[in-house]
Amino acid sequence: MAGIRLAVPSTASKGDVIEIKALIQHAMESGFRRGSRGEVIERDIITRFECRYNGALVFAADFHPAVAANPLMTFHARAEESGVFDFTWTDQNGQVWQDSAEIAVT
Amino acid sequence: MKWAAALALSALAACAPASDMLPERTLATELPSDEVQSGYAFLTSDTKRLQDDEFENPGYLWVERGRPLFQSSATGSPSCASCHSDGLKGVAATYPGIDDASGKLLNLEGRINQCRSNHQGQEALSYESEELLALTTFVANASKGMPQSVEISDRTASYLDQGRDYFLTRRGQFNLSCQQCHTENWGKRLRGDTISQGHSNGFPAYRFEWQSIGSLHRRLRDCDTGVRAEPLPFGDDTYIALELYLAARGSGLEVEAPAVRR
Repeated sequence: MAGIRLAVPSTASKGDVIEIKALIQHAMESGFRRGSRGEVIERDIITRFECRYNGALVFAADFHPAVAANPLMTFHARAEESGVFDFTWTDQNGQVWQDSAEIAVT
Repeated sequence: MKWAAALALSALAACAPASDMLPERTLATELPSDEVQSGYAFLTSDTKRLQDDEFENPGYLWVERGRPLFQSSATGSPSCASCHSDGLKGVAATYPGIDDASGKLLNLEGRINQCRSNHQGQEALSYESEELLALTTFVANASKGMPQSVEISDRTASYLDQGRDYFLTRRGQFNLSCQQCHTENWGKRLRGDTISQGHSNGFPAYRFEWQSIGSLHRRLRDCDTGVRAEPLPFGDDTYIALELYLAARGSGLEVEAPAVRR
């Protein structure tokens, strides 16, 4: 059910530094909270985010329990060639969410 | 009673639009119309920026989720969009409103569920379910930027009174009414926060405290819990009447859904 929102410019000139944003809907339950009856709410977090540009890793991040729900990543990349940005989020149990966005470089 | 008297007054100026009628009825407990400010005005600049950016605003996750729910349908039943091809633009700004068939006051959640059972042959969605939040957020977002303009007339007068009563009644261990904070002391500090005027124009809203989007009723329940009163159940008729009163009290404020709040 994870909702993913990506912001990648659809076109760019070669050599441009472009801003990329990636947002995923996830509870990022820290594991430190307790429910109304005092029981520990189990940790459930995304641990790894990766962005690949035509297969090459251009940005990655390790997430820890202090990252807020629905994590938003904003970063930059240099547009070198037309192609695809692939985004993957992997949670602590190995579940993976993926999405991609195309860019035309002129 | 007061609404009725004011209505008689405003009947003299029959051409006045609904939002202009409120000041005529202004009582000491209500805000002067030129002082009415959205909760947005009390946010930090960072939070304002987050709300204004339609990509970064996490509330849009629910707008995006609501869009396919609105446009497509379960097998064999019509979708919302098959009747409401305009996407219900501007409709949320007029809610809660009277259901013509039953004469009952319905909020957006109630109307969506009524449509589901009457026209779509589907079960009602439970309050605060992800699906219902997605649909209400999508529909409320279709009125973004439009002024709140609920019906203020003789057929809503009893609901307005009921909502106003709830707003003015002290409750809970703290023995506080809504208006003591949100009308008499807005703009001052309460613990780490600035007290807002308690308007409803941003809901469903994404709250940092919830790390999620939530309905106005969830917010009202938090307020009731905050003064250590017993909160009413989700979808309670009194909360719906309060919702109408709040919308009337904030007449003219632009719908901001999904707003970002603390």
